[in-house]
Amino acid sequence: MTGTGNIVARLPFPVAARKELADTQLRANLRRATHTIRDKRLRVVGEVPDWEELRVAGAAIKDDVLARLPELLERFEAAATAAGATVHWARDAAEACTVVTDLVRRSGATEVVKVKSMATQEIGLNEALEAAGIEAVETDLAELIVQLAGDTPSHILVPAIHYNRTQIRDIFDRNGLLSDRARTDDPPALAEAARRHLRAKFLSAKVGISGANFAVADSGTLVVVESEGNGRMCLTLPETLISVVGIEKIVPTFRDLEVFLQLLPRSSTGERMNPYTSLWTGVTPGDGPQTVHIVLVDNGRTDTLADEVGRQALRCIRCSACLNVCPVYERVGGHAYGSVYPGPIGAILSPQMSGGGANRTLPYASTLCGACFDACPVRINIPEVLVHLRQIGKHPPAERAAMRALSWTMRDRRRYAAALRLARRSAAPVRWLAGDRIRHLPWPLSAWTRFRDAPLPAPESFRDWWTRAHG
Amino acid sequence: MRIALFVTCVNDLVFPGTGRAVVRVLERLGHTVEFPAEQGCCGQMHANSGYRDEALPLVANYVKTFDGYDAIVGPSGSCVAMIRDWYPKLVSGADAVAARTYELSELLVDVLGVTDVGAAFPHRVTYHPTCHGLRMLRLGDRPYRLLRAVRGLELVDLPGAEECCGFGGTFAMKNAGVSGAMLADKCASIVDTGAEYVAAVDNSCLAHIGGGLSRTRVKAKPIHYAEILAS
Repeated sequence: MTGTGNIVARLPFPVAARKELADTQLRANLRRATHTIRDKRLRVVGEVPDWEELRVAGAAIKDDVLARLPELLERFEAAATAAGATVHWARDAAEACTVVTDLVRRSGATEVVKVKSMATQEIGLNEALEAAGIEAVETDLAELIVQLAGDTPSHILVPAIHYNRTQIRDIFDRNGLLSDRARTDDPPALAEAARRHLRAKFLSAKVGISGANFAVADSGTLVVVESEGNGRMCLTLPETLISVVGIEKIVPTFRDLEVFLQLLPRSSTGERMNPYTSLWTGVTPGDGPQTVHIVLVDNGRTDTLADEVGRQALRCIRCSACLNVCPVYERVGGHAYGSVYPGPIGAILSPQMSGGGANRTLPYASTLCGACFDACPVRINIPEVLVHLRQIGKHPPAERAAMRALSWTMRDRRRYAAALRLARRSAAPVRWLAGDRIRHLPWPLSAWTRFRDAPLPAPESFRDWWTRAHG
Repeated sequence: MRIALFVTCVNDLVFPGTGRAVVRVLERLGHTVEFPAEQGCCGQMHANSGYRDEALPLVANYVKTFDGYDAIVGPSGSCVAMIRDWYPKLVSGADAVAARTYELSELLVDVLGVTDVGAAFPHRVTYHPTCHGLRMLRLGDRPYRLLRAVRGLELVDLPGAEECCGFGGTFAMKNAGVSGAMLADKCASIVDTGAEYVAAVDNSCLAHIGGGLSRTRVKAKPIHYAEILAS
């Protein structure tokens, strides 16, 4: 079933990118942040002697999961149910939001605390809860900043990557988190302000909402990996816990976590190990939430699974290493991608999950430079999938005609040589008028000369020289 | 050894000097180069832009033209990457000819065992490794070794060398704004080195970089490294 929610871009990528490119502050913030994480990641990955073997193992486990997903999901459901959780299934974003909203309503709560979760962002849960009169409080520091700013995240792992500390101080100030004396942009002071704000929320909330980084089929266990401890607060303090989980998050056994708990922190935050890893299995009497619901979300994942080349995108563990090395992401940030999944992984995931629309421009939002493939901890060959999606997508008729004509010309020696001669002759008067560099070309080639001069065909082609020199 | 030159369509039309340079280097080393005239385009632009069906006849033409040569040299990292990485996936029977296709530095260093090609180029040069040379062909230090052996050449490090210049084939047109932003950063890095020349293994990246440098009236000139090796 086709995915819906916050994975569907409203504007074509080149149009959305234009606006972001004009923001020089944004570009400076992004450059600084991505390069810092990038260097950290390289350092800690370099410490692991068997990193390549780990990547191969991670990819193999995920491929195995994708090959027998229905069986593993059923096993997960059985184990989680036996442990006291209630498992729900949601076909798309709207259905998932309805399930969660009904559960919160039934609990009588009007405020919920949230662990940062891509799945809940994907389905637009905060907006759905708000429409139902329920306030959802994000407890991850960066996610809170974005929420207080009335903005959307710009990065999978660092949602507020596009803000600097002065901008964050102003956002906190507007929302009454800072006392008059504390109008500082000192990071520890800002963190302390957020901590005070959140502590009150943790202690009063009756419902916690989370996602999961991994779901263990054998035991029905969910895993959340985080850095601030806010996740653990959300997972243990409320009476009711609702976890929204994409169906591809399954790993077969507890042992498989060994691979991913090495791959994930080093790839995402550049840490050897993240500070908090929480695991919970159903309900434990007298300890933690006494009501646990798990919502398993499809939202276009089975569509993606059906594509033999494209399905590798479902290996993704949302580490965001590909974003941090992507030269395109670095220039435009996450918003240009129009989906909660930005950057290279978003360019292959969003179009596959949601099909069509403005998302059709995303596979072209890459130079195919390959940095993302090298960085991916589960070896998703992103350039391969990008090319594949370009292949199965629709092409503009004029472009298609030009490509066909070029192919027809270049496959035959005589036609090819004639075309070279024609190009060379057409260039001769231009060279006479304008010299070697062309500053303005007519549409559609004007896209080239907006930013760079264009070269002209040489006075003599190589093959003509060869014939002249070698007979 | 029967060495065939695959000159590539961009070089044939716009940068024939690169093809002439490859011939000069190899002949100076005592080899005979052949130029099979049936050759055309490798099909990279078609394949990467999503026109697989249009790429296939070009792939077939390449395989037919170059079958039977001991080594085929292509002075373009991205075309050679297309041939080596994609051809075996696109058509059956392309494996052998794809495996015998080398980028110039691979042919010189790995096959012919040469790093000093007897060149002299008394200039300050910086080297942009290009994405396909770097991450698909994994050329590593081969081009650097060849350049360091050139007499009089001062090789200076390019800051952020491994970052894409923003060309990306049709990307430069479809996402001209982002491509322009990436190009501006690459040009700024080149200016920082104070080099007279920026060298690379690919004339398409160099056409993009050179176009940017010329637009901003920077003195640094783009040059295919084969032309340095032939000097």
